[in-house]
Amino acid sequence: MKIILVGGGKTLYFLCRNFSSKGYKVVIINREHNECEQLAKKTSAMVICGDGSDVEILEEAGARSADALLAITPFDQDNLIICQLAALKFGISRVIALANDPDNADVFEKLGVSAFSMTQIVSSLIEQRASLEQIVNLFPVGEGKVNVTEVVLDAYSPLVGKQLKDVSLPENSLIAVVIRNNQPIVPRGANDLQIADKIVLITLPENHGKVLKAVTGEIDKKNPG
Amino acid sequence: MNNRYIVIVGCGRLGSHLANKLSKCGNSVVIIDRDESNFGKLSPEFSGFRIEGDATQIDVLQSAKLGQADILIATAHEDNTNMMIAQVAKKVFGVTKVIARVFDPKHEEVLLKLDIEVICPTAAAAEMFLTAANRQS
Repeated sequence: MKIILVGGGKTLYFLCRNFSSKGYKVVIINREHNECEQLAKKTSAMVICGDGSDVEILEEAGARSADALLAITPFDQDNLIICQLAALKFGISRVIALANDPDNADVFEKLGVSAFSMTQIVSSLIEQRASLEQIVNLFPVGEGKVNVTEVVLDAYSPLVGKQLKDVSLPENSLIAVVIRNNQPIVPRGANDLQIADKIVLITLPENHGKVLKAVTGEIDKKNPG
Repeated sequence: MNNRYIVIVGCGRLGSHLANKLSKCGNSVVIIDRDESNFGKLSPEFSGFRIEGDATQIDVLQSAKLGQADILIATAHEDNTNMMIAQVAKKVFGVTKVIARVFDPKHEEVLLKLDIEVICPTAAAAEMFLTAANRQS
């Protein structure tokens, strides 16, 4: 797998390290001469100094043989055009743009470019994680259209003591796995739920809050009653 | 053709010149620029609106009521900015006539695929120079 990263900063550096450790071939395109030198020293990636929206620079980076391109510069207009050039001119099948302005994530999708917004991801993580302390892990999948959440059941949970077939969760949600004493159980209707069970929930962003309430109970533990 | 609603992005030499001309002949013109001091290039004949803001942000384009515009003209300094705004105007706001200035002739091929009308001053000037150079004196 060959992947081109366009941009700079710590995010790019750690992405590069991450991809390299997985054995991917990484090529970095960065405009700043000094940063390029640093990146060339610190990483095993091939580093090209230049403008990622320049066709010749992309060509030099081997865009024709790349499997994926990620554009994470601080400028949305650059990220969009880099991805469009990569897809339309070089036929790279997987191109992803960072939308610095969260509104642009939708705009880019409408223009045919996959996009993600740090602001959206981080704020939804913080909101959802901070709201309930029983939630130990949450990550969005499917471009943020699906949430996967781990919830630890405590005494307040209305689910405790019930069999799965008697649990009614809001529509479009699912208890995918129950983890008890570190043993995963793929649940069937006759499984019961106990205190300290960790359940893995599949929800959609629009019903996430409702499902969590149904799972954890609505009582605010800080002000019980 | 003199009562159209026209949004112009970029109040540089070209943007301000177009804004002055189009406003003078009776069009409603809104001009957007990141830097307020650029509006100093507008002549007293300009009777349109000025918006200080970054036109790569969709809320700035919304405040310019781009959805109601007959024409969008993108004349910012950077090609990528113009190319992005042109696409957003066409595909998100549904503006029928969209014209973008793009300096780099290498972008033309991709822009054709994206169905964006482009004016490339580099290519246009090159043509004129070549014609002049080849003219029998």
